Amino acid sequence: MVEAKGIKFRYGSDGPEMDFPDFSCAAGERMLLLGNSGTGKTTLLHLLCGLLRTETGNLHVAGCDLRAATDRELDVWRGSQLGIVFQRAHFVQSLTVEENLALPHQLTHGTVPGEVLARMGSMLDRLGIAHRAKARPHELSVGEQQRASIARALLHQPKVVFADEPTSALDDRNAEAFMDILDREAAEATLVVVTHDQRLKDRYSKCVTLEPGKA
Amino acid sequence: MKLGLFYQASRNLRAKPLQTALSLALLAFGVGMVSLMLLTEKQVNDAFERNIKDIDLVLGAKGSPLQLILANVYHIDAPTGNILQSEAEKVLKHPYIASGIPLAYGDNHEGYRIVGTEHSYVEHYGVTLSEGKLWEAPYEVTLGARVAENLGMGLGDTFFSAHGLTDQTDIHTDKTFTVVGILEPSGSVVDQLILTPMESIWNVHAHEGEVVDPATREITAMLLKKRNPLAVLTIPNVLRETNMQVALPAIEVNRMTQQFGLGTSALRAIAMLIMALSFASIFISVLDNIRARRHELALMRTMGGTPSTLYRLLLLEGGLLSVAGTVLGLVLSRVGMAVLGQVVESQFHYDLAALAVLPSEWALAAAAVAVGLLASALPARGSLRLDISRTLSEA
Repeated sequence: MVEAKGIKFRYGSDGPEMDFPDFSCAAGERMLLLGNSGTGKTTLLHLLCGLLRTETGNLHVAGCDLRAATDRELDVWRGSQLGIVFQRAHFVQSLTVEENLALPHQLTHGTVPGEVLARMGSMLDRLGIAHRAKARPHELSVGEQQRASIARALLHQPKVVFADEPTSALDDRNAEAFMDILDREAAEATLVVVTHDQRLKDRYSKCVTLEPGKA
Repeated sequence: MKLGLFYQASRNLRAKPLQTALSLALLAFGVGMVSLMLLTEKQVNDAFERNIKDIDLVLGAKGSPLQLILANVYHIDAPTGNILQSEAEKVLKHPYIASGIPLAYGDNHEGYRIVGTEHSYVEHYGVTLSEGKLWEAPYEVTLGARVAENLGMGLGDTFFSAHGLTDQTDIHTDKTFTVVGILEPSGSVVDQLILTPMESIWNVHAHEGEVVDPATREITAMLLKKRNPLAVLTIPNVLRETNMQVALPAIEVNRMTQQFGLGTSALRAIAMLIMALSFASIFISVLDNIRARRHELALMRTMGGTPSTLYRLLLLEGGLLSVAGTVLGLVLSRVGMAVLGQVVESQFHYDLAALAVLPSEWALAAAAVAVGLLASALPARGSLRLDISRTLSEA
């Protein structure tokens, strides 16, 4: 489902070259990409999401050859096959929570069918924020925003979910609770967590460590 | 769930009410001012042209030629004085003059002028009878449509005339006028006049038992139609040694509108400046949107939004502002026109309340929307070059 082999990347023409380790992650598997600051975690995540392009190696994610795909194909692919949980929960502030959740489907398919809305209702119920569906994002607490960001990443049933530093700002109890929710809601998907948070290093059996200076 | 680009654009605009209101107000005000000027010019020009209607020359007492025209063609100014009917008829017999319509007035009823004239005056404007008949005997009157409507008068009603053109204090209570006919509305000056035989005007000012000497009968003016174009040059020379003058309505009106033109040009320049400011406001608004919402836009790219989607969204926001501001401006100009119409109606009895959109206004609206779209299209191009990776990393 996720396969990276011989991936190198350089910002600009004279930036230092980053050399990433090879790894793969099968469908439904969980994996941790662990690394401290400066090890290229964010760069690797953006390469995996097709937001940055590499000219070396093989990079396949959710059935897409990221080196061969056109920009347009990547846009559609991201909207339909990927779910991304960001470190800070960002939303379109002019839309309500439920509108934000439906936005990926709207952007990819041009409409939001009833079945997606029904799935949204039950997901918000499970996450305990159904009563906040009509609220604006800024009206939500930080915890509610994080749960809403999980719902947004998963509502369109992506094949692969990337979580970028999901627990970095949370205490132990909340970090554990957040990861439990993420694991539960992303049960059907491949989950790749990119983090420097050492508390998570033993959570999954599969962990790739990014070495300083290597990338 | 409605979540199309139109909905998103309108929600984005509503999320910044002050900025949106400022852009809207500026554009609405600019478009409204230009539109109001176009409407006013059209209405005034139409009214002037409708009432000139083949009147080549106006013969009257010496004084301001423009006043002579305004008083006797449009009935919105005081006359320059009176002239002898016998002298006027000499001019009428000049070989270069084809025909003439005499006018004699000096009294009013409830602010509406009582004009002594001949049936040819009504025929000249092509006005037909709605009910009753045209005036025949002294003190019989036929009412213009607006007079009858506004004063609620009908056939058989009677009234006394008051001395002067607007005053209601010096009333001739010894002479009773009777309504014998009402004219159909024509959109011409006739609508606002009370028409009667010339004798009514002469007799009402004569003393009890006095018989007015035909040689001393006076009229206020005579509307002339020329037979030969040289009349325009010749007649003024004929009148040089008299107390009379002729004025050319077309020239005087043209001169007046040119004088107005300086003022309207200045106003139009101000309106254009306001419109330019509104376009700058839309430009800044979209530019500011891109800066303030960079992370939102990058986020949308990670959720399946294409550069084209974001560009169209921003363009739509500018477009919505432009269309709403333009429509609001056209509505404002109608409100302004209605208010202006009330003032003109009460002071001059002219009806300026035509609310149809003029072809020039359609052009104005199209230009305003097009420039508004352009003002948003330029900064919106920034969304096409958005570096998603860097933007998300900065957040």
